[in-house]
Amino acid sequence: MNAPLSPPLAMLMELTHRCPLKCPYCSNPLALERARDELDTATWKRVITEAAGIGILQAHFSGGEPMVRSDLPELVRHARAEGLYTNLITSAVLLNPARMAELAEAGLDHVQISFQGADAAVADHVAGFRDAHEKKLAAAQLVRDAGLALTLNAVVHRQNLHQLSAMIDLAVDAGAQRIEVAHVQYYGWALKNRAALIPTRAQLDEATRIVTAARANLAGTLTIDYVVPDYYAARPKACMGGWARQFFNITPSGKMLPCHAAETLPGLVFERVTERSVGEIWAHSSAFEKYRGTGWMAPPCQGCARAEIDWGGCRCQALALTGDAGATDPACGLSPDHAMMAALAIAESGAAVDDFAYRMIS
Amino acid sequence: MSLTAASVPRLARHVRFRFDAARNCHVLLAPERVIMPDAIAVAVLECCDGVVNVAEIADRLATRYEAPRDAVLADCLEMLNDLADKSMIAS
Ligand code: SF4
Ligand code: SF4
Repeated sequence: MNAPLSPPLAMLMELTHRCPLKCPYCSNPLALERARDELDTATWKRVITEAAGIGILQAHFSGGEPMVRSDLPELVRHARAEGLYTNLITSAVLLNPARMAELAEAGLDHVQISFQGADAAVADHVAGFRDAHEKKLAAAQLVRDAGLALTLNAVVHRQNLHQLSAMIDLAVDAGAQRIEVAHVQYYGWALKNRAALIPTRAQLDEATRIVTAARANLAGTLTIDYVVPDYYAARPKACMGGWARQFFNITPSGKMLPCHAAETLPGLVFERVTERSVGEIWAHSSAFEKYRGTGWMAPPCQGCARAEIDWGGCRCQALALTGDAGATDPACGLSPDHAMMAALAIAESGAAVDDFAYRMIS
Repeated sequence: MSLTAASVPRLARHVRFRFDAARNCHVLLAPERVIMPDAIAVAVLECCDGVVNVAEIADRLATRYEAPRDAVLADCLEMLNDLADKSMIAS
């Protein structure tokens, strides 16, 4: 049975895949899109208007690094005029006082700055960019001075988890309202670098303990959102709140996707916002309909009491680990592949191979 | 620190409250969060102007809905404290 189609909550715009950083866990696809293929300003504005028209409430400006686009303030202004809550997801190394003022004036609501560690030694190594950490600290101050809401994104993995407490302290010192402590999700570049990033079970338990304690200590000061890694989970996440139910993603060249990793799935055709409206793609595109609802499910998901809670987990993870995008996410204990996934996490995290490949345009 | 009858509530700076035509309801928008407040919460939020205190909001709503004032005050405080815990209401 498929639930009736309700309006999506949010759209994530990958304005560009260009980025000065080279994070080895980047969720962008291995085949990065090029600058010459990016949508122009007028098309992005039309996309924003169409998306607002079908009911999205939040517009996330992301990338790559969205600040490499000089039309970012214009797009933010347009989204605000359409009534949307505007969120900038940035590495912040390109933020300076002039650009901050421009964005604030355009009506930006919220800035999310990623941190790769708690000090320059770890953070700059992970980002593959000199002085990145110092630039981010300065940028956080600019956001705060401009009076905008600030979230720190702490993407954690085996090579920076020992700094988790310090990263939470850093968020408090930076005046952030919120920190998102997110264990790496293994798609895109992160999947390629999984063996160098995946934490051990003991590291994960320690991280969970730190977050639980900090939540109690910092209630009312700092909101801590925590995303645990699927590899040690008993039940999967409701990936994207269910395929094509709440969110969609637009790539730099205008392909509309149910999630940022969806292009890894074979046999799906992703339509472009240059050829069809956002509303038509949302409602009718075969790629969106393919795994929407519960009708596509096979056992053990089919008929499971949690089918409309986690929607069978992540299609991209099912594909990456089982070879079948329509299988139950192996993060689920009911999946026949669950033991294989757990064994893989233990083997790779224990091998202590720390070399990774930096993200780059080939 | 929770709100009392004397607190003057207002929306936190990073929160927006508006009517959404697509869903035909009011929405509270915050980073990564969307809340759809019920009709009573909407009535309270519409009074949160950073000027009047919770006691005055309760007076106003008790009159408007012809409801017992103490019960209205208790409901207002509960709802506002819940949003304050989520950092959506400041005072
Ligand atoms: S994860 Fe790192 S490399 Fe990827 S877009 Fe963000 S800052 Fe750039
Ligand atoms: S079997 Fe499928 S629906 Fe049931 S809990 Fe596992 S992933 Fe979720």
